[in-house]
Amino acid sequence: MLYREAGQFKTTYADDQALLPIAQDRIGLLLILIVAFVAMPMFASEFFLSSIMIPFLVFSLAAIGLNILMGFAGQLSLGTGAFMGVGAYSCYKMTTIFPDLNILIVLLLSGLFSAAIGVVFGLPSLRIKGLYLAITTLAAQFFLEWCFIRIEWLYNYNDSGAIEVPQRMLFGLAITGPHATPITRYLVILSVVAVMTLVAANVLRGRIGRSWMMIRDMDIAAELMGIRPLFSKLSAFAFSSYYCGVAGALMVFFWLGSAEVESFDINHSFLILFMVIIGGMGSLTGCFMGAAFIWVLPVILRAIPTAFELDILAATMEHISSIVIGVLIIFFLIVEPHGLARLWRVGKEKLRTWPFPYAN
Amino acid sequence: MNIKKLGAIAVALATFGVGMPVAQAEDTLFIPSLTYRTGPFAGGGIPFADGFADYFNMLNERDGGIGGAKVVVEECETAYNTQKGVECYEATKGKGALVYNPLSTGITLALIPKAPVDEIPVFSMGYGLSAAAIGEKFPWTFVYPTTYWNQLSSILKYIDANGGVKDKKIGFIYLDVGYGKEPLPLLENLSESMGFEVAKYPVGVKEMQNQSAQWLNVRKDRPDWMIMWGWGAMNPTAVKEAAKIRYPLDRFIGNWWAGSHNDLNSVGKSGKGYLAANFSGIGQEYPAVQDIITHVVDKGNSKVASKDDVGNVLYNRGMYNAVVLAEAIMVAQAKTGTKSITGADMRYGLENINLDDARLKELGLEGFTGALKGSCADHEGAGSVFLQQWTGDDWEKVSDLIEPMNDVVRPLLEEAADKYVSDKPDFKGQACG
Repeated sequence: MLYREAGQFKTTYADDQALLPIAQDRIGLLLILIVAFVAMPMFASEFFLSSIMIPFLVFSLAAIGLNILMGFAGQLSLGTGAFMGVGAYSCYKMTTIFPDLNILIVLLLSGLFSAAIGVVFGLPSLRIKGLYLAITTLAAQFFLEWCFIRIEWLYNYNDSGAIEVPQRMLFGLAITGPHATPITRYLVILSVVAVMTLVAANVLRGRIGRSWMMIRDMDIAAELMGIRPLFSKLSAFAFSSYYCGVAGALMVFFWLGSAEVESFDINHSFLILFMVIIGGMGSLTGCFMGAAFIWVLPVILRAIPTAFELDILAATMEHISSIVIGVLIIFFLIVEPHGLARLWRVGKEKLRTWPFPYAN
Repeated sequence: MNIKKLGAIAVALATFGVGMPVAQAEDTLFIPSLTYRTGPFAGGGIPFADGFADYFNMLNERDGGIGGAKVVVEECETAYNTQKGVECYEATKGKGALVYNPLSTGITLALIPKAPVDEIPVFSMGYGLSAAAIGEKFPWTFVYPTTYWNQLSSILKYIDANGGVKDKKIGFIYLDVGYGKEPLPLLENLSESMGFEVAKYPVGVKEMQNQSAQWLNVRKDRPDWMIMWGWGAMNPTAVKEAAKIRYPLDRFIGNWWAGSHNDLNSVGKSGKGYLAANFSGIGQEYPAVQDIITHVVDKGNSKVASKDDVGNVLYNRGMYNAVVLAEAIMVAQAKTGTKSITGADMRYGLENINLDDARLKELGLEGFTGALKGSCADHEGAGSVFLQQWTGDDWEKVSDLIEPMNDVVRPLLEEAADKYVSDKPDFKGQACG
């Protein structure tokens, strides 16, 4: 129906290898980008941008980071929250040491620190696998949390123990700090996330991404075919932590405005893990779906009583939203254990062959 | 490919988001209440939120609001989580919010920089950033009736009056997060000037309920006094552990977040003698609390589980929070001459608040707390605390109000405030007389 590909001929290798080979996908993505870049800033309310879209994009990026490691390279990690913290703290340190350096450059550099830490904690992955590896990354989580509390240098010896975002400008416009409007913050995050998603999509279908997937599917076979596990696994850790680090820096600088160590605790690692599992391991689309499901849905559920002026206590709504989300997680995992992305993919295949369901 | 479905939902929601009701009825006072009735600290959050809401409900029932304008309290659940708190702020600020009570240090820190931009004051009653006491640097933040640092100085004065503090060893057990660590600079400073020794016992958030290691050290170090900066499950655990190692509980003093009924009910008899600081009266005897019972609780409009919960430590503290706000609203109304006020008027009201003993009596709160007077420079009121003791099943006030050591604390607060604004050139202060 929507996806009828009749008449779309690919005449060059480049066409065949395109990121989005089907014309409908390209149009769809273009529409989404137009909505995201043009319609949203024009029509959405401040609350919608700052409490739904901004966190959604931040968590999507973090989920992409974890998905690269877990879904594509097959290395289980529970340290996502801490890696986000490394990004946030290094971004804070760098921007306070070099206040004149463009914040976007600082943001991208801060991911490097996170990547370096990720590589260090990824080293055990050369020897241990699966759940055992999850335990060592858990150690990273606790160790780094400890650092965020104990090493006062990291937060410039503030009495409050929190990092507070200073104001930084871009083209004469405040993009961080209290004077930055939700629209500017949203557009900055959206641009960063869009570009980084594009990079990830291309890396994943290239040589490096394929080597990660070989390691995931069977590391001994991959090694026999000439893939170096040392390089592949550690590069996966580095790449993944880089994404998580940038997501963490975005979270503090463009969303919360200040952060204590609790913003990077184990619960965040789990939250992002759930996003990846619900969204679908090994799928970039899934990261966005998972983030929307885990973060945006509860916000919307909580907004229902005020929107319809129902007399429900906020705390009751909180309980209801936990119940609803829990039930939906179980429902979706029963219907499709491979996540929302798989549901979408199945649906798309059906649409492509419609009205001939037995075509493949 | 990617986010197609999501995009459609997002667009639908965008329109929904725009259409959210913003308008308030004529002459109402909108006060968002960030609560934590769920989550790990719900035990402390529920009575506070109840007391806060019930007082405003009582004013609505008894007096028809404040100055003729009804108070609308809208609760937003944070579960003590900073991210949800910021979300609550964004969700409610457009509805004409007069003031925010973040009820968590993390949320307070996130809201302090936003307050001057959105022109909505932040009232962190006895928590948050101590440095915000300096009104010149923090025009939009208030920490009445006093700060953590002042409180610590009052506690040390109590120790000094009960056997002297010089050459003693004082143990400080604290929750190892920003909140617990905040008094450390002052403690170290005072240990030099007052001549006592400090032993520190940090308790990690994850070890709140397992403090045997810390108390083993306490037994080894034998401090003469113990001071605790605790919260949530840490408090009953600490008192139990102290009782277990036979530490004299009448030499163990908690701060005002470590001395509620919720903390000690589970400890019961074995916690007898434990001391805690407090700044809001205990019990139902105050006429204002009686009015709440008549006008709200008895009519079934309160969320308290039972009538006995009215008047407990945290309930009364939540009520006191509401009392200060109600008073500030009256000051603002008197200044503007209108019933409904703005956030900026509210700021004026908070800054010019004067809850002296006569006024407290008028409000039906005689002896409930010390007098509170704000000014442009003074956003903490330098209020006093009293000490209360656990009798085994209830709290009992055991000391008079103890004045803080303003002469020592104030310069330190000013220093801290300078430090806070030093790397934020865009942070706007105000000039005071």
